[in-house]
Amino acid sequence: MGDVCIIGIGIHPFGRTEGASGVDQGVFAVREALRDAGLEWSDVQFAYGASEAAGNPDTMVDQLGLTGMQFINVRNGCAAGGSALFSAQMAIKSGECDVGLAVGFDKHPRGAFDAKPAEYNLPEWYGDAGYMVTTQFFANKIMRYMHVNGISRETLGRVSEKAFRNGEKAPHAWRRQPVALDEILDAPMVSDPYSKYMFCSPAEGGVALILASEKKARELGIAPIRLKAATMRTRPPGSFEVFAPSIDIERGGSATNIASRDAFEIAGMGPKDIAVAQLQDTEAGAEVMHMAENGFCADGDQEQWLAEGRTEIGGALPVNTDGGCLACGEPIGASGLRQVYENVVQLRGAGGARQVPGNPRAAYSHVYGAPGVSAVTILER
Amino acid sequence: MRPIAQGLFTDEASPRLVGGRDRDSGRIVFPCPANDRFEPVPLSRSGTLWSYTIQRFRPKSPPYAGPEAFSPFPVAYVELPGETIVEARLVDVDFADIAIGMALEFVTVPLDPDAADPVAIPAFRPAEAA
Repeated sequence: MGDVCIIGIGIHPFGRTEGASGVDQGVFAVREALRDAGLEWSDVQFAYGASEAAGNPDTMVDQLGLTGMQFINVRNGCAAGGSALFSAQMAIKSGECDVGLAVGFDKHPRGAFDAKPAEYNLPEWYGDAGYMVTTQFFANKIMRYMHVNGISRETLGRVSEKAFRNGEKAPHAWRRQPVALDEILDAPMVSDPYSKYMFCSPAEGGVALILASEKKARELGIAPIRLKAATMRTRPPGSFEVFAPSIDIERGGSATNIASRDAFEIAGMGPKDIAVAQLQDTEAGAEVMHMAENGFCADGDQEQWLAEGRTEIGGALPVNTDGGCLACGEPIGASGLRQVYENVVQLRGAGGARQVPGNPRAAYSHVYGAPGVSAVTILER
Repeated sequence: MRPIAQGLFTDEASPRLVGGRDRDSGRIVFPCPANDRFEPVPLSRSGTLWSYTIQRFRPKSPPYAGPEAFSPFPVAYVELPGETIVEARLVDVDFADIAIGMALEFVTVPLDPDAADPVAIPAFRPAEAA
């Protein structure tokens, strides 16, 4: 059996778009993806759609056409997009369908995500006392990681500096102005050690990917990008997750460890085979920790990697070539699919000013979210 | 001062946090879950700082029920040896003096000292030198 292939990609620019609903942005992305693949909406046999806060994805058929096609809505926190893609590739792998869609969009209000204790199986006092704040968790997690692994605050700053520099070169990014390292480090603190430039913001955007069987891609005459692996995993014992009143002294691995390990195994590849990676960077330290959690370097090596520019677009392993969540913002339903979109662009050699040199062959994407979920993909051309 | 919730800490002159011990595995968590699998167990009054941050903006209300006038506060994870690592406020310490590994002891503090009927929340402060 052949690989599942990505034959069309579309994106609605991330950021803030007044007057366009989340659904509208999803529809825009689908139309772009159809045009990219040279297909009509009526050619699409099924869809998996992800949105956290912008309505039911299947309502898109009102605008795209009432073809009677199968459309399944996915809600799975920060892994929603990855889950939609995983499900879509399963439908093709099973032989049930040969052309389908994975789509994600979102539109969040300004400011931090609104979280309520009951939604996370937590007592009310936990929210009353001021702990239902995701940024607190991220800050606590990196503070410990920095202490144990010798990571400096300057390294966190370098991650943000790179993100805005790459974002400037990505037409779909939101924050497209470079920010100097000093300004990043000296900016007002949100939650120590993170300044305001070290956190991404909730945002808006939409991404669509058209998937097909290898046979179908050949029939259409499209040079396919192969989806060599797509995994979605949940947390093992001893992980450290958002909104945790207590954590175990005996530390364990993470959902990312499992999703990454399994994806490499399924693809028959290792970290050294990857030419470009999009790693979840909801805050600067997340990119740092995820470099190690996904197996690209040892804990602590990030200090040297960042200082030497190894994750820059021209470096040994370019990371977050479109500026990641830091520059694009985080529309939850679309964020994981944006990473895959960017990887397809890179593997096609269509990245323009942000193109990774050397004709990259294999690309990696990774999302992580509450309460301990992770999704990984590996693409190959 | 009444506690912010029942069963979070003991009713003693020097209160202790109440965790939950898994009856099968012995694993200790905080707070004690309200089910038969866990039995309440008082936790150590002393621990060490495992990690921390400073909350620099006022959390959204609801759910936050702290004072309207906001001052940044430290949120810590404190390792209670052999038990678990609990999340709590740090008090009576300059932000610049906070260091991972420092010795801490448990106290309760008012969530809003100016409230007419303040509630007590769990916190830790630097341990007094022996």
